[in-house]
Amino acid sequence: MITFSINGKEVQGQEGWTILEVARWHGIEIPTLCHHGALEPYGACRLCVVEVNDGKRSRVVISCMYPIRTGINVQTDTPRVLNVRRWIVQLLLDESPESPKIRELAQTLGVTPSRFQKKGVDFACHLCGLCVRVCQEVVGVQALSFSNRGLRKEISSPFHTASKECLGCGTCIYICPTGAMEQVFLRVHG
Amino acid sequence: MVQVSTALKSNDFRLATPAALAAYRESILAERDPNRTIIIVCHGTGCRANNSPKVADALRRAVAAAGLNAQVIPEIKDTGCHGFCSRGPLVVFQPSGLFYQKVQPEDVEEIVQKTLIEGTPVERLLYADPETGEHVVHDRDIPFYKYQQRLVLSNIGKIDPVDLRDTIAAGGYQSLVKVLTSMTPDEVITMVEDSGLRGRGGGGFLTGRKWRMTAEHGRETPGPVYILANGDEGDPGAFMDRTLMEGDPHAVLEGMLIGAYAIGSSEGYIYVRAEYPLAVKTLRQAILSAREAGLLGENILGTGFSFDLKLNLGGGAFVCGESTALMASIEGKPGEPRAKYIHTVEKGLWGRPSNLNNVETWANVPLIIAKGADWYRDIGTEGSKGTKIFSLVGQVKNVGLVEVPMGVTIKDLVLRIGGGVPEGREFKAIQIGGPSGGCIPQAHWDLPIDFDSLWDAGAMMGSGGMIVMDNSTCMVDVAKYFLEFLIDESCGKCIPCRLGLQRMREVLKEFSAGRGSLEDLEELDSLARAIKDGSLCALGGSAPNPVLATLRYFRDEYEAHILHHKCPAAVCKELITYAINPELCNGCTACARECPQGAITGTKKEPHALNASLCIKCGICFEVCKFGAVTVA
Repeated sequence: MITFSINGKEVQGQEGWTILEVARWHGIEIPTLCHHGALEPYGACRLCVVEVNDGKRSRVVISCMYPIRTGINVQTDTPRVLNVRRWIVQLLLDESPESPKIRELAQTLGVTPSRFQKKGVDFACHLCGLCVRVCQEVVGVQALSFSNRGLRKEISSPFHTASKECLGCGTCIYICPTGAMEQVFLRVHG
Repeated sequence: MVQVSTALKSNDFRLATPAALAAYRESILAERDPNRTIIIVCHGTGCRANNSPKVADALRRAVAAAGLNAQVIPEIKDTGCHGFCSRGPLVVFQPSGLFYQKVQPEDVEEIVQKTLIEGTPVERLLYADPETGEHVVHDRDIPFYKYQQRLVLSNIGKIDPVDLRDTIAAGGYQSLVKVLTSMTPDEVITMVEDSGLRGRGGGGFLTGRKWRMTAEHGRETPGPVYILANGDEGDPGAFMDRTLMEGDPHAVLEGMLIGAYAIGSSEGYIYVRAEYPLAVKTLRQAILSAREAGLLGENILGTGFSFDLKLNLGGGAFVCGESTALMASIEGKPGEPRAKYIHTVEKGLWGRPSNLNNVETWANVPLIIAKGADWYRDIGTEGSKGTKIFSLVGQVKNVGLVEVPMGVTIKDLVLRIGGGVPEGREFKAIQIGGPSGGCIPQAHWDLPIDFDSLWDAGAMMGSGGMIVMDNSTCMVDVAKYFLEFLIDESCGKCIPCRLGLQRMREVLKEFSAGRGSLEDLEELDSLARAIKDGSLCALGGSAPNPVLATLRYFRDEYEAHILHHKCPAAVCKELITYAINPELCNGCTACARECPQGAITGTKKEPHALNASLCIKCGICFEVCKFGAVTVA
């Protein structure tokens, strides 16, 4: 067992566990968006950031991927952590102001839409990749993938044509945190 | 380019022992007359673009046609980049060092007649000191070269990069022989550790320590260990690695071979961007000839050590210079980074321990082995040892590639080597460390250039790109430019980098239009910190640096945009107006003819007038006016 602390409380976890896993085991809340217990962590949304002090230096890491180490001191709500989290929610809220999950996060963190709020899009995809991963890791097909990069990055079927692999099972719609998958699904399933 | 010698083409050519390499070197040196004139024509990318291959062809023809006495027929050699790119094409006579600049094919006849036959220099092709106008005959006396310390670049501009014989004659692969015959792998690592060499790709991690960590992880589990070279140089205005790969590819190969021996690897990759076609060609040729000579592959020089290399061409994504994205790209996956909480020295390429170093780092290794850690430690500063290659570009007279010891001040680099900014302008700032580095203002130009002081000043060493800016540069515009570059190059995986940088750009766009408030500056600062802390990889983690550094040193310029709706450097279009000063305008009509909007009217030899409501602020009138009559404010 590995012993370390979260918010000053001594906790234990097994070798290979992440901070997020141990935190949830102990009922310590850390918000996530691209994380799902049934899938490999991906590290895209960065909402689960925490500050880790290993005795030498303190840095902001993502708890869904950071492997626990003996003696580290984890803080889940420092000013640095909250600054990252607030900005992520701010940016997401301005992208898709109607998404229930994002609105809930915004309310918790006291974030309201800014003057940069997008008009005309209610449920934008945040490229959290849950759909891509669940299709590959759980359903066992690869009907979905990312294409392009940066601001043009999107979820699509390979080569932007209706996928022959897609079973139409709808798992991707079920797992999508924003509701954006419904539109993508129509194109992928054909 | 000179063909690889026939000896290397025959199948039986393989250097079977270190003694065979030594004998081969002796035979090459014995064939050569040290006093024979060699005319070197720079074939770096810059000189090539300016006709240097034609200059070399013309020289070969002219020398043959002149029928010079057999005793003095010079050898004409095509080499890699000499660094003084703004003066190319360059032609240098060895051993004398006579230096001609901006040589064109039509100059060749005069060169042959005057220099080769009569023995006098062609004055008009010599470098002229910009202060005194006096001609400088030899390259070593030109300030651009005089104040450099060219160690890693020492062979570039002297050897033909695709002729292995030339590399061997210059002492290439001697360090490899030394480690294979007289050092244990651990001794090699210790020597590199003792030298204090730090990674030249930007991070500045201690190379020896990285090697030791990779070697240790490699021993823990059975399976391959990979040696990788990062040649995915993507910073705008940077060409250090390209020059090394094009000009002295065997130095990179030798460094990797030494690293492979020390770490215990038999397989490696050089990741080079496909937009460097000459570097790709030269490296490919170098790998082939080294393999044919038995310097790469199975049982190298009969010592039992085996190592082979593959070239991997990158598609040109900036983010693929990041270690984990580079490895994903080699694996055939999209070039996206992953979290590095488990380091690549433990789980890198295909999940195996991997040692990635920058091309320049690898090229430093043979030097350290040859001359020793103590020699290397004597160069540079307390925390940063050795020399560093920089590409000096922007508003500076001597654009080119320079190598200086760590710790040289920005001022010395810009003034003594770079020759200062063009006449009539003032030095304003220097952008160090590429798009995610920072701008350092003139007030800090006594800062020594080394890893730690740059870091403290809000910039970073990066891979060594330096962009000099003068007073015609608007710092808000500069920050916006670099942000736009990084937005284009972001892989889009993580939210802070993808959406956060875009938000920063939107705020900066407002500033450059004279909108926004002082609170927005605070917001920008807090967003920048969120992106630094929250991003997945170093691209996002350092992307806000240009904004943070310009905010730190040029806050007044931001305030001028926001509070006074003025762009002090007269760059931001929405805040400037063009006008014609009737007292200076002599009615030459140049501006009226060039104006795409027809916004300028007037009769010949009478002062013209500019209609501001039609003006699109393209600045063409300002550029074409020879009398300073077009003003911008």
